Amino acid sequence: MLNSVLVANRGEIARRILATARRLGIRAVAVYSEADADLPFVAEADEAVPIGPPPPGQSYLDSGAVLAAARRTGAAAIHPGYGFLAENPGFARQVLAEGLIWVGPPPEAIEQMGDKINARNLMARVGVPVSAGTTEPVTTAAAAVAEAARIGYPVMVKAAAGGGGIGMSAVTGPDGLAAAFETARTRAERFFGDPAILLERYVERARHVEVQILGLADDRVVALGERDCSVQRRHQKVAEETPSPGVGEALRGRMLAAAVRAGEAVGYRGAGTVECLVDTDAGDFIFLEMNTRLQVEHPVTELVTGIDLVEQQFRIAAGEPVSFAPDQVRPRGHAVELRVYAEDPVRFLPSPGTITQWEEPTGPGVRVDAGYKAGNRVTTFYDPLLAKLCVHGRDRDEALARAREAVAAFRITGPRTNLPFHAELLASAEFRSGDYDTSIIARLRS
Amino acid sequence: MAEVRAEMVANVWKVVAAEGEEVSDGDTLVILESMKMEIPVLAEGSGTLARLHVAEGDVVQEGDLIAVIE
Repeated sequence: MLNSVLVANRGEIARRILATARRLGIRAVAVYSEADADLPFVAEADEAVPIGPPPPGQSYLDSGAVLAAARRTGAAAIHPGYGFLAENPGFARQVLAEGLIWVGPPPEAIEQMGDKINARNLMARVGVPVSAGTTEPVTTAAAAVAEAARIGYPVMVKAAAGGGGIGMSAVTGPDGLAAAFETARTRAERFFGDPAILLERYVERARHVEVQILGLADDRVVALGERDCSVQRRHQKVAEETPSPGVGEALRGRMLAAAVRAGEAVGYRGAGTVECLVDTDAGDFIFLEMNTRLQVEHPVTELVTGIDLVEQQFRIAAGEPVSFAPDQVRPRGHAVELRVYAEDPVRFLPSPGTITQWEEPTGPGVRVDAGYKAGNRVTTFYDPLLAKLCVHGRDRDEALARAREAVAAFRITGPRTNLPFHAELLASAEFRSGDYDTSIIARLRS
Repeated sequence: MAEVRAEMVANVWKVVAAEGEEVSDGDTLVILESMKMEIPVLAEGSGTLARLHVAEGDVVQEGDLIAVIE
């Protein structure tokens, strides 16, 4: 096993990774920006190194500062978490060039999946279903109009190098396309440093369902079930659950098999997620993209499988077998994750501020992955995720009942939070029925 | 006269409109950024953009005056 690891991240995910490292006896090193010195992950690490001022570009995205911290602390490995440097193949190569262990997939796999146009084309070649779309970057508004006419409306316009829903929009006809294209291109350039745009057919009544995969040290790829991530605002996830209420046994079997093929096609190692859209009318699915890292919502998979995914990442990175028998994974019960954001619960606008009270719910089946505690300041520099409230039950009804109680018991004052939204979601007939899709929040707010 | 104020703490990412311009209800004046999110600030009413109180790179607090439309 690894003897030490540096976690190049912050907040709840840094804390969660550090916890598994410490449980396994791996010396756990944190890095932090000036804005985060008082956060729990810094206090809980065996060692913590300040790496710069609050803006991400001068701290968590500064690969030189992260590598210097690794050298200074003698860390043997680097775990990137999600976001920041996690899907940066150049950084992965730098880590390897330093003689360190990269707790992530091979840089080539990150690269192949990071370009969404390349990923779509590759998936189509290995027989994973993709939607109608562009096979080359779209560079002008005129070309976008021509491509959209070929693909058929509605189309989704998005950044080839993108993620997090940034710059993405669905367009129903030629009128809005030029504006959507320009917006996507500007944001793609600004956020991802790459203006390449792709268009694909937009599925209107769709569920967003993803498959957790693990590429093992012996080159096998295994699928650990799916997660339904259809509850979204601004194309960003707010709540997730497993199993998906909209996926039956036959469809699940096909999706898991396709996810394994996707991983095999790029020689995948470690934890990854294959995101798909399930067309609820057709009962079929298409490949959307692959996230080559640990996913925010990985805890729901852990709750139903009993597998610690971060432990498996460490084991695979060290060239060891995983801690479970890959052909005997039988998910049990139902799990839900609610992302607690520092934002107002009606319009979902950011609400930074100092946390004056923080009381987490407890009880059977309740797990809270929190990045903050009372007294911490939530700043404008990073994403608004405060905590992930996760619950497990024997079935969906029990999980949702536990979730309702846990939401009511979670006390956070200072920044406004979306906890009232979660109470509303859990009470809504549409969510309770399980028959919902990615437009559920828009309907709740109309 | 209509005052447009910031709804939250944020950084001013882009100033879209200019002083003296005619603006219509719902036009984007400024784009703020906070917590990895872009928040367009819209004109609340039509008229002349008499004053613009922010520049790109500024930090605004909740309630800060951003623009005046006359």
